[in-house]
Amino acid sequence: MKTAAPKMTTTRLKAGMTGWLFISIAVIMIAAFYFYPMIQALILSFKTGTGSNLTFNGIDNYKRLFTDKMFITAVKNTFIYLIFQVPLMVILALFISVLLNDKNLKFKGFFRTAIFLPCITSLVAYSVVFKYLFSADGLVNSLLLNLHVIGTPIQWITDPFWAKVTIIIAITWRWTGYNMIFYLSGLQNIDSSIYEAARIDGASPIRQFFNITVPLLKPIILFTSITSTIGTLQLFDEIMNITKGGPGNATSSISQYIYNLSFKYSSDFGYAATVSYSIVIMIIILSIIQFKVAGEKK
Amino acid sequence: MMKTKRLFTYAFLIIVSFVSIFPFLWMLSSSTNLSVDVTKGKLLPGSHLMDNMHNLLEKVDIVTALSNSAKVSISTTLLAMLIASLAGYGFEIYRSKAKDVVFNILLMSMMIPFAAIMIPLYRMFGSISNVIPWIGIDTLSSVVIPTVTTAFLIFFFRQSTKMFPKDLLEAGRMDGLSELGLFFRVYMPTMKTTYAAAAIITFMSSWNNYLWPLIVLQTPENQTIPLLISNLGSSYAPDYGVIMIAIVLSTLPTALVFFLMQKHFVAGMVGSVK
Repeated sequence: MKTAAPKMTTTRLKAGMTGWLFISIAVIMIAAFYFYPMIQALILSFKTGTGSNLTFNGIDNYKRLFTDKMFITAVKNTFIYLIFQVPLMVILALFISVLLNDKNLKFKGFFRTAIFLPCITSLVAYSVVFKYLFSADGLVNSLLLNLHVIGTPIQWITDPFWAKVTIIIAITWRWTGYNMIFYLSGLQNIDSSIYEAARIDGASPIRQFFNITVPLLKPIILFTSITSTIGTLQLFDEIMNITKGGPGNATSSISQYIYNLSFKYSSDFGYAATVSYSIVIMIIILSIIQFKVAGEKK
Repeated sequence: MMKTKRLFTYAFLIIVSFVSIFPFLWMLSSSTNLSVDVTKGKLLPGSHLMDNMHNLLEKVDIVTALSNSAKVSISTTLLAMLIASLAGYGFEIYRSKAKDVVFNILLMSMMIPFAAIMIPLYRMFGSISNVIPWIGIDTLSSVVIPTVTTAFLIFFFRQSTKMFPKDLLEAGRMDGLSELGLFFRVYMPTMKTTYAAAAIITFMSSWNNYLWPLIVLQTPENQTIPLLISNLGSSYAPDYGVIMIAIVLSTLPTALVFFLMQKHFVAGMVGSVK
């Protein structure tokens, strides 16, 4: 026993070291390319100047945020996308997945693949396609005109209101199928006897949906709403490739504004970093709210 | 009552499916039509696929862009598989309190928006340029390096490792395999499906990545396919047929990956919430 004890500690120590070696590359990479830049961005957010000529200016950048009309517009736009698009997509995806979960449904595989298909396109490629579909003389307008839904073409891209609608339609098209897959896999884990019992008790499909499906899928709904929220707060590719932020700044997003500040205007890296920290703060606050809302009724 | 519900279900699903597929059909059909016909609203395929292809090749260097994207995506995927699986395995097999703390800190990086780190990253690679030019700004390596390790993939491999039969490791140790030998000769072959799922997701997101390449790649010889598509899309006099054929070409690799490995792809996505 006495001789065995030290040997065991060395093996354990060795095993511990091996474990650290296994994870070391990943830890170093994430520290170097996520956490270190995060700290750099924080420091940068207190500096001002163009290019690499930067000097500290205290909290002036943060004060500037509140009077910066471009920033306020970008935040407003982003929240409009968020408020309309995330619930729209979550409800649509839930609804579709409940329909698709029906055991007696035919062509299930086809429907699932078709609805999921948009997810394989790159954000840039689909944005360009949507830009042309929704142009003033584009296919969407000519279809609507021919079907007599509208009398004059809608200025999808060039009207401040419709441009936002176009962005929302585009994101919904791209991501609904993605969220649907999560709900479908969640639904498959729900024991069908729960529904049978509810049916025997005389619960209508709508009541079953609200009293069984939604509560049981809550963790997944939470997961998809958080990821969609974070995704929408970082919206960039669609804005750049469909509207370029226009007309005026009617569709500009926070990420696009950061890009413009850094690489299009006069390379104001310090202020751009400040704007980027506003996204960090928003993500933290929204995630906490969503966790609280979901956690309360557990 | 039952029948109308059925009917409604099918009608609804058919409409949603049609809306989902329609842009693809339009894009495919437009790539075979001349720009004028596309603007006129022609929906059926035409006979100008080769003309459009010819014009595309004349206009931009899509071959280089495709090969750049292939280089970036393949190397990102291979490196990511190695680094993330080593880490996921390390976290799950050699558990300790300290490692759990480190793991949770790594997970926090998933909350970091790319917009928040892109400027410091750009500056980092700018200063590397002076020291090691081949990984600095405007190199394909600079696209790969910061995107290769994600907490999501480590999380994904750790979750899957929970299902891995640990007895195999004991048996391997008895046979005298080293710890690293166990990983490469026992773990890797057993976890093929996990690797497949992870590889598909990584390949797709790398192939489609836009913002970071847009910042870091500057010369046309280095551009990846999303950058080329974006440039084509923002031209003032768009040639629809040409742009659509470019988009089709850019979507083909991910579409192929998707259709060949559909099952793994979905498994991979769902693996993230399990």
